[in-house]
Amino acid sequence: MTALVPLIVALPLLGAAVALMLGQRRRLQVIVSVVSLTAATVMSAVLLVLVDRNGPAVVKVGGWEAPWGIVLVVDRLAAIMLLIAALMLLGVLIFAVGQGIIDGDTETPVSIFHPTYLVLAAGLFNAFVAGDLFTMYVGFEMLLSASYVLLTLGGTGARIRVGITYIVVSLVSSLLFLVAIALIYGATGTVTLALIAERMPQLPGDIQLILGLLLLIAFGVKAAVFPMSFWLPDSYPTAPAPVTAVFAGLLTKVGVYAILRTQTLFFPDNQFSMPLMVVAALTMIVGILGALAQADIKRLLSFTLVSHIGYMLFGIAIGTPLAIAATIFYVVHHITVQTTLFLAAGLIDRVGGTTSLSRLGGLLKSAPLVAILFFLGALNLGGIPPFSGFLGKIALFQAGTILGDPIIYVLMAAGALTSLLTLYALARAWNMAFWRPKKEVADFTSTMSASLLEDPQDEGTVLKKTISPLMIGATTSMLVLTLGLSVFAGPIFELTARAAANISSPSTYIDAVFPNGTGFIAETNVGTSFEGGTE
Amino acid sequence: MSASLTLVIVMAVMYAAGVYVMLERSLTRVLIGFLLVGNATNLLIFIMSGRPGSSPIVTGTSLDDTMVDPIPQVLMLTAIVINFGITALLLALIYRSWWLAQLGDEGDTLTDEHAAETTHEVDETFRSSSDDDDAIAESIDEFERGDGAHSDEETAGGKAGAAAHAADAPRHAPPVVAAPKPAAGDRDTRPAARPDEEGPR
Repeated sequence: MTALVPLIVALPLLGAAVALMLGQRRRLQVIVSVVSLTAATVMSAVLLVLVDRNGPAVVKVGGWEAPWGIVLVVDRLAAIMLLIAALMLLGVLIFAVGQGIIDGDTETPVSIFHPTYLVLAAGLFNAFVAGDLFTMYVGFEMLLSASYVLLTLGGTGARIRVGITYIVVSLVSSLLFLVAIALIYGATGTVTLALIAERMPQLPGDIQLILGLLLLIAFGVKAAVFPMSFWLPDSYPTAPAPVTAVFAGLLTKVGVYAILRTQTLFFPDNQFSMPLMVVAALTMIVGILGALAQADIKRLLSFTLVSHIGYMLFGIAIGTPLAIAATIFYVVHHITVQTTLFLAAGLIDRVGGTTSLSRLGGLLKSAPLVAILFFLGALNLGGIPPFSGFLGKIALFQAGTILGDPIIYVLMAAGALTSLLTLYALARAWNMAFWRPKKEVADFTSTMSASLLEDPQDEGTVLKKTISPLMIGATTSMLVLTLGLSVFAGPIFELTARAAANISSPSTYIDAVFPNGTGFIAETNVGTSFEGGTE
Repeated sequence: MSASLTLVIVMAVMYAAGVYVMLERSLTRVLIGFLLVGNATNLLIFIMSGRPGSSPIVTGTSLDDTMVDPIPQVLMLTAIVINFGITALLLALIYRSWWLAQLGDEGDTLTDEHAAETTHEVDETFRSSSDDDDAIAESIDEFERGDGAHSDEETAGGKAGAAAHAADAPRHAPPVVAAPKPAAGDRDTRPAARPDEEGPR
């Protein structure tokens, strides 16, 4: 069972190498990447079942003991993230393959697409299974380097422009993460998560505060938390549709995962509850207000993406096992539904020729299936009762009311408002793109549509393209997955509750990595670094 | 923990200069800023390894106390390699952005720097294949003029057949060699092909 843990990272990397060598043979490339991601999906499913039954899987890479060597840990949380990430990557890959076949390989599948996509997958998996901060950093860098290439695919002016903004922002956050790692090493003498978890509470409060805030800022940029979220709505929509979908679904959630992991492990007393709550409320409200002003569906969705990160931070800020369980459920829900909606937006782009609401119309007649896909996704994201979006929010609010703090009620009000405004923004988008007749588009004027902001990169062209059945199939199966999350919400929530029980006290994690206790490690420079060093 | 004051000062200056340069408009300066800040961070990791000492080779000896902590050095090496890769990618992007700023999208429709060589090769191929065609036509004519039963003529016919065979390849070759030319003029395929060239670096 433990052999699967490094294999899930190694296999996509191997696939990337093979796909790179097969650069001239597109069909073989497609086969290699589909096979390696399918295998990764199967392995992560097996891992989830095994980890859920037998407890965390721990691998000491190269046989080196934990605090000196690299350790990979898959607990229930990591296994859930692995499975959902693998499923999304596979679905989007099939969409991209469909698009590539239709476009005759001019848009996405330039021969670098498949290897880069697999490196992105390996980086994601690596970040999820990492048992020490530095391995997590390496995973982040892998997925970010791959994302730089995917975002600037084709090298058009618009993509280079936003790509450089995205890269510089990501680099700054990576450097902050590295600074945090260096300081944590200086303070605790280790980068192994489990050992930091044990030593962090022994540090003086002010040092804990600095380290915690540095980590929060570094991960906050990646997760697009409010003051650091400005880069996201500009950069994501410019990329090709499948790339945007996978970025929106997974890249920000890696940041959320890292926040969840470090907060629960290093700061079990939940010292950062208050700043997290303020930031969560601002992320929700500011994000969704941004979405209301957008005329471009992809930009609108990017703003809802930023906004809904707030819900996950809210859950982390509450910090009770129930809240953590709700957060994990919400992360899973949000990954699937956001990917589905971005894929649906990619389909709209092809049948309507544009994603600008001021030029779309009458699509219900020409593409009824796309209309249904987008409609169900929108209802789900907006939190309409039978769907998982509603269930996730209810679980979060329930966890909040149990604590019953006044600020939590403020946050719940903000959350409910955000949910309504999300529904408003998406329903308006659906109405304008699908419901209104085509002939109204040309001379349609209203004060509302006049105030909408167009995408600055938009050139105002309408260029329709055909849709391949593979693209429809991929988007539909994603939607079926989100509906499955709603139907089987009970068992899935029980699973996330077990995952939350695992991580809500760091002792489970520490015991998994150090079954014989940590007594055998000499406490080299614990706590002495800063007291003695600054004089 | 003891740290060298010189290292701390160097790190601080690098951070300050790096952040300052990073805030400039020019992309090359942003890159220089990133390099400075990145290396300052590497220094920070190095400072965090504590006092200097002898190189760590084996543990469990009396030298344990004088040995330096090796883990930060490992972290630094990894960070340096990652920074190196990303710098290469950024340079490629900056070059691309300069190219777009200088020439706009028209830059993609211009023939590339190897265009002259390609044209020359194509002309060469066409010339040699037309020469071959002439030679074949000539030899066939000769063959038809003769009675065909003569053994010498037969070998000549065999030679002509071989020549025709050899000429076959160049005759198919021109479209293959010429293929990049229309692509270079095509606005859509040309930019799509670029990351291909830049990717593996």
